[in-house]
Amino acid sequence: MPETNKKSDTSEIESFMTMPDKRGHFGTYGGRFVSETLMGPLEELEQAYNKYKNDPEFIAEYEHDLKHYVGRPSPLYHADRWSKQLGGAQIYLKREDLNHTGAHKINNTVGQALLAKLMGKRRVIAETGAGQHGVATATVAARYGMECIVYMGAEDIQRQAMNVFRMKLLGATVISVEAGSKTLKDALNEAMRDWVTNVDDTFYIIGTVAGPHPYPTMVRDFNAVVGREARKQCLDQAGCLPDALVACVGGGSNAIGLFHPFLDDKGVSIYGVEAAGEGIETGHHAAPLSAGKPGVLHGNRTYLMEDNYGQIIETHCISAGLDYPGVGPEHAWLKDTGRANYVSVTDIEALQAFHDLTRIEGIIPALESSHALAYTAKIAPKMAKDAIIIANLSGRGDKDIHTVAAHEGITL
Amino acid sequence: MSRIEACFSALKNNNKKALIPFITAGDPSLDMTVELMHVLTEAGADIIELGVPFSDPMADGPVIQRASERALLNGTNTDDVFNIVKEFRVENESTPIILMGYLNPIEVMGYKNFVEKATNVGVDGLIIVDLPPEESAEFGEVLKPSGIDQIFLISPTTRGERLDRICEVATGFLYYVSLKGVTGSNQLDVKAVDDKLNEIRSKTSLPLGVGFGIKNPQIAEDVGRVSDAVVVGSALVERIAEHSGDGEKMKLEISSFMRSLRTALDNIG
Repeated sequence: MPETNKKSDTSEIESFMTMPDKRGHFGTYGGRFVSETLMGPLEELEQAYNKYKNDPEFIAEYEHDLKHYVGRPSPLYHADRWSKQLGGAQIYLKREDLNHTGAHKINNTVGQALLAKLMGKRRVIAETGAGQHGVATATVAARYGMECIVYMGAEDIQRQAMNVFRMKLLGATVISVEAGSKTLKDALNEAMRDWVTNVDDTFYIIGTVAGPHPYPTMVRDFNAVVGREARKQCLDQAGCLPDALVACVGGGSNAIGLFHPFLDDKGVSIYGVEAAGEGIETGHHAAPLSAGKPGVLHGNRTYLMEDNYGQIIETHCISAGLDYPGVGPEHAWLKDTGRANYVSVTDIEALQAFHDLTRIEGIIPALESSHALAYTAKIAPKMAKDAIIIANLSGRGDKDIHTVAAHEGITL
Repeated sequence: MSRIEACFSALKNNNKKALIPFITAGDPSLDMTVELMHVLTEAGADIIELGVPFSDPMADGPVIQRASERALLNGTNTDDVFNIVKEFRVENESTPIILMGYLNPIEVMGYKNFVEKATNVGVDGLIIVDLPPEESAEFGEVLKPSGIDQIFLISPTTRGERLDRICEVATGFLYYVSLKGVTGSNQLDVKAVDDKLNEIRSKTSLPLGVGFGIKNPQIAEDVGRVSDAVVVGSALVERIAEHSGDGEKMKLEISSFMRSLRTALDNIG
């Protein structure tokens, strides 16, 4: 097994699946660090979520739409040609790229939009970086007949013109955010401001496992379908649990979705892969768990990228979906407890994996997911041939074709 | 008696309302902030609220966001903010100063270190926008011995047990956010503010300040009639931004706007 695998003190914790506590804390992380104006709306949301999450009718409608609209379950695909080439563990890919809209994001937006509907909110808002969560939100807003506003940094709007147009086609209004660094974190700030102003008729669909309680828990729960399916599929297809799980971590929603149902399977090693950008040592990266420290941003305590005075600093990496200076608080807790390992790969390593999977398996992965694949390619050769790795192929790469071409000096 | 307590008790004896201006430290520059603070007190400020700039001011509207950005571009950091207070205190020993900001710059400095520095330079109160009472037990423990007041916000959606709890832990005064939204918003309803303030008064004897949406002397007067203090932020910061190229003009403009607010508040009573 690779040297990064430390499972030192996990034996003291009986179950890793009981978090968070009642006030949304994962150990010292998470919580609800927001202005008083947001406390009321968050309490209302928490009460609604607690009421409906175990409601058979709500669950039935959610599962119905996951099956018939999203196309679940997504396959667990044995990438045997790639596994053979790497010469070690058998690699299974959880094919979230095959979902409607092309990524795991829709698992969450379907859940939150259904909740919005039950709460009587007719307007949904969202923040988006690369545009994937914006598209997934615009999609379900169209599906459920809701007004949809998406906040997107002015910089990101420039970089992701195609997704901006997709959202507009779906009927959403895309608002350019000119504040701060004009990227995802600023879009999130702006969406919060909209929410606090229009809370009576508006539901804020956050796209990742960050934000104030109950968002990290709710978004995790809606994405945990990924891990539940993968666990069952692995038992069915391979006859055993996997040896390792690998997923990319920006905010961390696809990763926690895969990891959570396996947290108490202590024989399963867990790897979250952050974006090292140009390299951790250059400072140009998006890897708060690898190189940041704990602080408070966007309503929760977690690992952050910040300067010496606590100002949030800009992130750099090739994949817009990983460009976030914070990370979901449950990941922060899993890191500190040692239950999960957080590692990073560079832009160049991710691009190599992007090309490898495309050429060897005929699957074009998202650049975000390519980070998970790059780390998978590092550990697989060191593992036995009958070992199993599940890598989360969280999204498809069509959206990244322009980025990859530009990086290679090709004009399309 | 703390400066804040002394200030409110003197105002009460004179049957006056507190005028609390807000400006962002380091906007338009560190030196200018100290000068502006003196302009504010000369023009009738009772307490000064000094914004500590943060990269992600989630609860602020565009005017104060931009002030925060300008201050950070100037290189303003938390130690600079303390230096501003220290310099102000050379000439002014009496006007209470409240720092208003977000938690992360405090976390990174360490609670103890931050409180020590704030105490040493003569800070009187803290409003930490994203630190609600539910999360502030640890910070409260560190702050208590310093005598610095932790001022909590109350919003239109603060109800029931939470309202009771805030009234219990708050010191100095309570800051009522007059509307749903961010700083500088538009739709202040004085009747609704009055109703809520009466509810809060039934639970605490602390003075009640009102902010968010007080843009002109008329609104200040209307709100002043039902509260103990009015906080004016965005309307001032807007004037600072407008005259950023001309310091003297800025000071004149700020002074005359402040005097118009003072006069409006003094019409009450």
